[in-house]
Amino acid sequence: MQKFSGLALLRQGLGGHLGWQPQWRNPEPKPAYDVVIVGAGGHGLATAYYLAKEHGIRNVAVLEKGWLGGGNTGRNTTIIRSNYLFDESAALYDHAVKLWEGLTQELNYNIMFSQRGVMMLAHTVHDVQVFKRHVHANRLNGVDNEWLTPEQAKEFCPPLNIAANMRYPILGAALQRRGGTARHDAVAWGYARAADAMGVDIIQNCEVKAIRRNAQGAVEALETSRGTIRAKKVGVVVAGSTSVVMGMAGVRMPLESYPLQALVSEPVKPVFPCVVMSNTIHAYISQSDKGELVIGAGTDAYTSYTQRGGLHITTHTLDAICELFPMFRRMRMLRNWGGIVDVTPDRSPIIGKTPVPGLYVNCGWGTGGFKATPGSGHVFAHTIAKDEPHPIAAPFNLDRFKAGYLIDEAAAAAVAH
Amino acid sequence: MLLIHCPYCGPRPELEFRYGGEAHIVRAEDPSQKSDAEWADFLYFRTNPRGLHVERWRHVHGCARFFNAVRDTTSDFILTTYRIGEPKPDLEALAAKRGAQ
Repeated sequence: MQKFSGLALLRQGLGGHLGWQPQWRNPEPKPAYDVVIVGAGGHGLATAYYLAKEHGIRNVAVLEKGWLGGGNTGRNTTIIRSNYLFDESAALYDHAVKLWEGLTQELNYNIMFSQRGVMMLAHTVHDVQVFKRHVHANRLNGVDNEWLTPEQAKEFCPPLNIAANMRYPILGAALQRRGGTARHDAVAWGYARAADAMGVDIIQNCEVKAIRRNAQGAVEALETSRGTIRAKKVGVVVAGSTSVVMGMAGVRMPLESYPLQALVSEPVKPVFPCVVMSNTIHAYISQSDKGELVIGAGTDAYTSYTQRGGLHITTHTLDAICELFPMFRRMRMLRNWGGIVDVTPDRSPIIGKTPVPGLYVNCGWGTGGFKATPGSGHVFAHTIAKDEPHPIAAPFNLDRFKAGYLIDEAAAAAVAH
Repeated sequence: MLLIHCPYCGPRPELEFRYGGEAHIVRAEDPSQKSDAEWADFLYFRTNPRGLHVERWRHVHGCARFFNAVRDTTSDFILTTYRIGEPKPDLEALAAKRGAQ
């Protein structure tokens, strides 16, 4: 692996930039692997990376139906935060934030992680009470979160409209200063490059068609569009397609797949200093380093696998953005798109073992999986390697729906995340 | 935006409707006799197919009545709608009819 540094850049510059090598191989699948990860998004690649790095399991393949990072990893709005209400969630998401903080150095890849602060707006008395409860719960869990008055919120984010005559006036805001954004493509590429350097095979354009089980019911092999691949353990990390892939092994999932849309504006000079979210009027916004405003909202109303969605949903989002930030009323939107998110009944992910021996699943991240990428991969790799859940992942098991131990972030936030 | 055929009112824009999730999930007649696993399946586990999905809709800003629909989740094309109480249609026959069109 070529190490990236200022010196390397200078040396390559003197050589006309002709010496750069591909960042990962494009290998043919081997007949058998110790672990096969299905899905080369951020979570899947992170899982492979931590399997190789922390558990010494390097005979690993990551299979991807399309191209690396081409699903929800490249479609999200790149927001990172950990201000979740419940202890289990705070532990999981803050584990991820701590890994984000050192990730650029660890991967030797600039993921452009920027802790510019995530501010969540309160528009009703109910919002104020819920967010203050979040602030207190977070602080008890060692997660930073603070309450701002409308004036303090405007000071932190000057474009914000705090006029009293708004349709949904701003009564305050909760601010997590350690929250922020990262460049989502670079996260996938950085993990892919680092995993590949340790011997992990990343096999793109390889669709899993069937999961073969032996007489004891355990996972034996995957039938793919590039032939049969035998595997001792299989980890499924396929977001919106989880119900379909798990169905191949005969496992029914507590999931529904919805389109989630996002859009970007034309690029402009730096005008927006942080991330602002409004759950009540359904919009969130930040500005990328390229200058585009990155805007998103809640899911579409009905389940679908179409990777698009209704235009009236994005229109509704822009209504909210224009109300909150009047200076964007004449901005032109450049592109919009959709990704398919797998939503659980309690809006918390499912990480762990399944009823099928040797088959593991990491799914159900719904509308908020990107923020958890390093933490998710880290605890899932542990779960696969040791065949027992990582202590942080343990509460997020599939059996919680039978046992009734839901981690109900849906009720806690009253919106999709 | 979808144009949805309400079996009571006729075709109306999607905004008049609310989605109601998977259809034909029957509540147990003897709830106390059901195991935790059966309750979990009833409450939380869903078919979530890539393809034909049988689902409930409610014409909330119209007649306010529930009805069922068969929709292709890969294209959002609604193959048919029918009233609550009518049996689940034969999905293979519907798909074949759709393919022939």
